[in-house]
Amino acid sequence: MQIYLPIAELSVSVWLLLGLGGAVGYLSGLFGVGGGFLLTPLLIFIGVPPPVAVATSANQVVAASVSAVYAHWRKSNVDFKMGTVLLVGGLIGSSFGAYLFSVLKRIGHLDAVIALSYVTILGVIGALMLTESLHALRRKPNGGQPVKRRKRLHDHPVIRALPFKMRFRKSQLYISALMPLSLGVLVGILAAIMGVGAGFLLVPAMIYLLGMPTAVVVGTSLFQIIFVTANVTMLHAITTQTVDVTLALLLLVGSVIGAQYGVRHGAHLRGEQVRGLLAALVLAVAIALAFELVLTPDDLYSLEAGGPR
Amino acid sequence: MMRLAALFMLLPALLLVPGGEAHAQAARNAPRGPVPADAPLITDLSSHLIAITSSFTGTELLLFGAIDEPGEVIVVVRGPTSTSVVRRKRQTLGLWLTRRSESFDGVPAYYAVASTRPLAEIAPPSLLQRLQIGANTLRFRYIGRRNPDEVSEFRTAIVRQKTREGLYRDNTGGVDFLGPKLFRTAISFPATVPVGTYQTEIYLVRDDRIVAAQSTPLFIDKQGIEQEVFDFSRHEPAVYGLVAVLLAAIAGWLAAVAFRRG
Repeated sequence: MQIYLPIAELSVSVWLLLGLGGAVGYLSGLFGVGGGFLLTPLLIFIGVPPPVAVATSANQVVAASVSAVYAHWRKSNVDFKMGTVLLVGGLIGSSFGAYLFSVLKRIGHLDAVIALSYVTILGVIGALMLTESLHALRRKPNGGQPVKRRKRLHDHPVIRALPFKMRFRKSQLYISALMPLSLGVLVGILAAIMGVGAGFLLVPAMIYLLGMPTAVVVGTSLFQIIFVTANVTMLHAITTQTVDVTLALLLLVGSVIGAQYGVRHGAHLRGEQVRGLLAALVLAVAIALAFELVLTPDDLYSLEAGGPR
Repeated sequence: MMRLAALFMLLPALLLVPGGEAHAQAARNAPRGPVPADAPLITDLSSHLIAITSSFTGTELLLFGAIDEPGEVIVVVRGPTSTSVVRRKRQTLGLWLTRRSESFDGVPAYYAVASTRPLAEIAPPSLLQRLQIGANTLRFRYIGRRNPDEVSEFRTAIVRQKTREGLYRDNTGGVDFLGPKLFRTAISFPATVPVGTYQTEIYLVRDDRIVAAQSTPLFIDKQGIEQEVFDFSRHEPAVYGLVAVLLAAIAGWLAAVAFRRG
């Protein structure tokens, strides 16, 4: 069964979209990330114009995050104060990012910037996570030595000297508000340009840079991702007019169902296994995209795709 | 026969009008509407309106007609024209990145040509050029400061890309005769066909000359929910965005609540 997408202006199989949403939802349920970093390239792959893919992914991540935050909120795993500070940064960042997006779209370097930021960020995060989880997996068999307490960035004297100290009771932290604020700005920019909630970036950053307890991290990151991606969706709807509601709704139906199976299966896996698999997946996406940049294209010329006519 | 003679005299004069508007003028002046029974060329489309609805996956229209004297038939369908931006990738530091882009005006969003025999066998190149029959004769107006010769590769890239997307279609030899007078051809439109007003031109050619020409419009429009969603996103972008976000939030919340119970 085919359906015509009014903004993307192409006809796609309903089952393909439901399946795509389901697969991405399954992975996000399994790994606890929004899944936008997978969805955007997959949408582009099936022929959705890149600007529509980015804007619509943001819209669908809103739904995925709301759904997941609900569960975390019930377990009281959301630090609303920390989330709000991250959010303020995120809103600043995503507004700037959406502006950057429309500038790049006008200049014509948008595809290159999206591809490059994807390859770089996914490659780095994927490689770091994979190394970390492989170490953890290798440690396990021989009795499990105690894990060395990592020297965290927030302990650094320069960071400690920053002004605007704030107490985050749920995260058991007393740190400068500038730290989460600037992290929020950075993630917001990425969210707008790449159409991702950037949960895969935010989660490690909250653990290693801010020093938050892992239990609170996922819920809090999802809490702020809701508002950042909602803002991104709004801004794209206004500036680039590339949000396709029909596409978002179809992906959403698939993803909320897939996510539940993902969560169920995730419960049977060990933490290092989950992280290792996610890292491998992230790396695979990065490598596939890198190939696209390096290999000689079939046609060096391309016509401008999508956008308002 | 008076009418025919008039056409004979009128057409060459019209076709000599310089510039890209020649074909359009010829088309406008060609007989249309109720045509007398002795007209040399009578044609019609199976439909003059293509409605893009949620189940639209592309469509095919049937163009049929009759000729009253021998000759070859050429059918041209032109979509609305607009500005097109062509980008060229160059290898930079080992990466293929867009390095240059050129803009052209007057690029038809859709262009299809069908004929009874290969175009070169029917009509001389000068005629094809003048009427812009065949995708390679299309005159895109270059917008830019470079030497026009420098951008010829960008021009051919437009035709190549549009052909690959199925928006420029070459169906020479695709006009079939059913008996000596009746002819028909199918015109295909892919799912990505843009909305707008299209122009269908039918030429009857004999001895390297246009004997008769006819032109008829064709409308392609989004309809129903597709039209409403599209208009909504363009006319009320802020409200549209808000609705999109709220829909997503409500759906996510509903899903979470439903699965908690289940």
